[in-house]
Amino acid sequence: MTEITSLSLFELIKNIKEKKISSNEAAKSFVDRSEKSKKLNTYVTENFENCLKLSKEFDNKPNFDLKLPGIPIAVKDLFCTNEVRTTAGSNILNNFVPSYESTVTQNIWNEGGILLGKLNCDEFAMGSSNETSFFGNVQNPIAKDLVPGGSSGGSSSALAANLTPVTIGTDTGGSIRQPASFTGTVGLKPTYGSCSRYGIVAFASSLDQAGPMSKDVKDSSILLEVISSFDKKDSTSIDFKRNNYSSELTRNIKGIKIGIPKEYRVDGMPDEIENLWKKGIEYAKDCGAEIIDISLPHTSYALPTYYIVAPAEASSNLARYDGVKYGLRSSGESLIDMYEKTRSEGFGEEVKRRIMIGTYVLSSGYYDAYYLKAQKVRQLIKKDFDEAYNKVDAILTPSTPSSAFKIGEKSNDPVSMYLNDIFTVPVNLAGLPGISIPAGRDKNNYPLGLQIIGKPFDEQTVLNIAYSMEEKINYKNNITDWWME
Amino acid sequence: MSKNNSEYLIERNDNIYEVVIGLEVHAQVTSNSKLFSSSSTKFGAEPNTQVSLVDAAFPGMLPVINEYCVKQAIKTGIGLKAKINNKSVFDRKNYFYADLPQGYQISQYKYPIVGEGNVILDMPEGQKQVGIERLHLEQDAGKSIHDIDPSNTLVDLNRSGVALMEIVSKPDLRSPDEVNAYIKKLRSIMRYLGTCDGNMQEGSLRADVNVSVRIKGSTKLGTRCEIKNVNSIKFMQMAIIYEANRQVDLIEEGEEIDQETRLFDTKKNETRSMRSKEDAHDYRYFPDPDLLPLKITDEFIDQLKSEIPELPDDKKKRFIDEFKISSYEATILVSDIDTAKYFEEVVAKMGKNRDMKLAVNWITGELFAVLNNKNIEIAHSPISAKNLAKLINLIKNGTISGKIAKTIFELMMDGDIDPQIIVEEKGLKQQSDPKALEALIDKIINDNREKAIEYKQGKEKLFGFFVGQAMKASGGKANPQLINEILKKKL
Repeated sequence: MTEITSLSLFELIKNIKEKKISSNEAAKSFVDRSEKSKKLNTYVTENFENCLKLSKEFDNKPNFDLKLPGIPIAVKDLFCTNEVRTTAGSNILNNFVPSYESTVTQNIWNEGGILLGKLNCDEFAMGSSNETSFFGNVQNPIAKDLVPGGSSGGSSSALAANLTPVTIGTDTGGSIRQPASFTGTVGLKPTYGSCSRYGIVAFASSLDQAGPMSKDVKDSSILLEVISSFDKKDSTSIDFKRNNYSSELTRNIKGIKIGIPKEYRVDGMPDEIENLWKKGIEYAKDCGAEIIDISLPHTSYALPTYYIVAPAEASSNLARYDGVKYGLRSSGESLIDMYEKTRSEGFGEEVKRRIMIGTYVLSSGYYDAYYLKAQKVRQLIKKDFDEAYNKVDAILTPSTPSSAFKIGEKSNDPVSMYLNDIFTVPVNLAGLPGISIPAGRDKNNYPLGLQIIGKPFDEQTVLNIAYSMEEKINYKNNITDWWME
Repeated sequence: MSKNNSEYLIERNDNIYEVVIGLEVHAQVTSNSKLFSSSSTKFGAEPNTQVSLVDAAFPGMLPVINEYCVKQAIKTGIGLKAKINNKSVFDRKNYFYADLPQGYQISQYKYPIVGEGNVILDMPEGQKQVGIERLHLEQDAGKSIHDIDPSNTLVDLNRSGVALMEIVSKPDLRSPDEVNAYIKKLRSIMRYLGTCDGNMQEGSLRADVNVSVRIKGSTKLGTRCEIKNVNSIKFMQMAIIYEANRQVDLIEEGEEIDQETRLFDTKKNETRSMRSKEDAHDYRYFPDPDLLPLKITDEFIDQLKSEIPELPDDKKKRFIDEFKISSYEATILVSDIDTAKYFEEVVAKMGKNRDMKLAVNWITGELFAVLNNKNIEIAHSPISAKNLAKLINLIKNGTISGKIAKTIFELMMDGDIDPQIIVEEKGLKQQSDPKALEALIDKIINDNREKAIEYKQGKEKLFGFFVGQAMKASGGKANPQLINEILKKKL
């Protein structure tokens, strides 16, 4: 039999339901493998002992009607977890232990999931390589000293390394899809308003969205079904009828119209990305989809728009970390001095950079030129998609303009780092669902992903297209366990 | 310096200045829970016992609008005869302070829930209309306590997140007396509506006062100074007088007035600069992405309109029309909702043969005096409206005299006793039997023959002496009207 840790979530659930594997056996396998994988630096906080204990409790009183019966799951450390330290990858929350649970994680525990641990991420989810985390770099299991993407880098790494059967990340500008693309895994950002933001450490409130990360498309559909819910505690949560994503999952996408936006053919895009995209189009055709050329004319404004809106919201969202109530407090001569020292020591470079950008664009005299303008452009970007969706059901693009890069390669060049998000940010600005699926490899054998963008609340179509293409692409990660002694 | 109620003028070197005042009143919304959380708003609880995770701005916590507070703001807007906006937006006002847990206050900046309206002031010179610029909803901050611990500031977050209505007036006020009338009228309207208890001691009503001066007759506004967070009408008036004179002095010395924020020092009775315009905070307002724009339908507004009780202006009109009392009396009776309620109950209990004059006099005279003396609200009056109505009816139907009524009134206060019972138990019923009174008077005239003669010779003052004697002889119970009649006849 295959190792438990390399099973898909679907297979694992099946085995547990058929009592071939107990929850505790599963938990032990993932804990053991995680223990041997410390070099990847995926965990910020381990919950191993408790996970083993809870899995035993599950086995003593199993409930196989649940959607995640006794399944151990590690989650990004941006989700607040009751009585388990939650750091958001930041020194300023190094000692923070919430007394409450995020809605998304609560949904997982309600369906039988068990917390395995909290996964590393870029500080406050600001980054595309996991290098901004206070808790250090995360290794991509694909190859040594390769970034796992970000901000959900701990999640993508742990998933690709089989340290957790599935995981959840958050995606503000690509933080689920880009790391999925870098690690040969699947990452879905749902429609804004699908998954509650309650209890998720906020980065940019109008863009943040939690979503599943998994080894295959079916697993994402199972997890999405669990985490997507209307929540009165989040005023931006939307009460729409949610599908049974996994049972409605189908490879029959015949006649579905897929748009190819010409504006995504950006200057300097490597040939291998261009080729991947072409291959993707062929795969989609093979699945029975109709390919239509479309235009999203405001695409080139998406990145600058994003880098105004997101830092603006972040600069305000992060004002609460002031040393007064919780988290790090440095001593100071006065209140202002305490603020300055706490925030200087508590926040890393990238977070400070974005707070400064955000403060600047909201300042009186600059607000109209930056923030207000950006909001207007955001509406235009949204309109582009609305118009495209009059013609097509979904849109196919590359997930990222490059494959994973080396640790340290871009850490001193914020703009080149920001360019990583060029294909993913428009989706957040428009609040749409988008998935990244592994679709090929570059010359170094590093994974490359394709992105499928859907209509609002139409995660099902996105999943169905991804599910069909996945079969044709037939991508398999080749993980060598190089990090184990 | 000259002064009347509706103008405050300052004379310097032949120049006459008038003061122009606008108020930003912060009124705490009457609501059991806070604007964006379910924590209690009860005043006076132990520090930090009414604080939710949202109020303390824990990571990942999100605001959820309290619909009741929205209704309260709309009702207040209706009471101010103002436009209710179908769409309003919550913005973040960003600044750092220890008692502001989020690092921003959720407020409404560009799109407030309530637009322009007005308030009518009853001034001795007549009515004056004061324009309302806007009303918006916002969160209150917590409280920093600097004087308990010698080396630390302590923070109490009980107030953090409590709903406030900021009511901004137009610069229509011209004197401290108008400010007094304006605050009292606002308070009255909100108390009628049940949207703010108006309790200034508990901080439920505070104001930022904008003051400028200009040569009387000029139409251009002068440079204003804003005096922050003044929490009593008296202090507002003192601050305005100080500030207006300070500004006039500066102008007369040829100096410019800096637009700035000032504080009123209640001990020294002076305003002091807090920060100049250059140092003004850049609040970096932007729409709160955690909250959707607030959309209010016309049906919703109409529903709330139908729930609005009779407000002071309408009540006053009705009192005048229905009860034939004077405008002055009506103004006093409607100024506070509990007074109006009390009065209306007295009127109702008096029944058909009611005497409005007596009712008004007894409430605004004896009853107000007692309440003032004992510092009691009329809602907790020691004499119920029902029993006061009975007392008034006893006077009206001649059972007791006004003088005896005052004695009975005193006795009634000891546990709200029915005046009828006091009259019976103490035998205080008025003597109205003409024959008995005639006999009594005959005796008095007989006993005071010399004085009776003097009276007849023209010493009319002595009439009072005979009345007094008669009242005394009857133990105060004689019907004074009858005594007068009989005496006139007999003397």
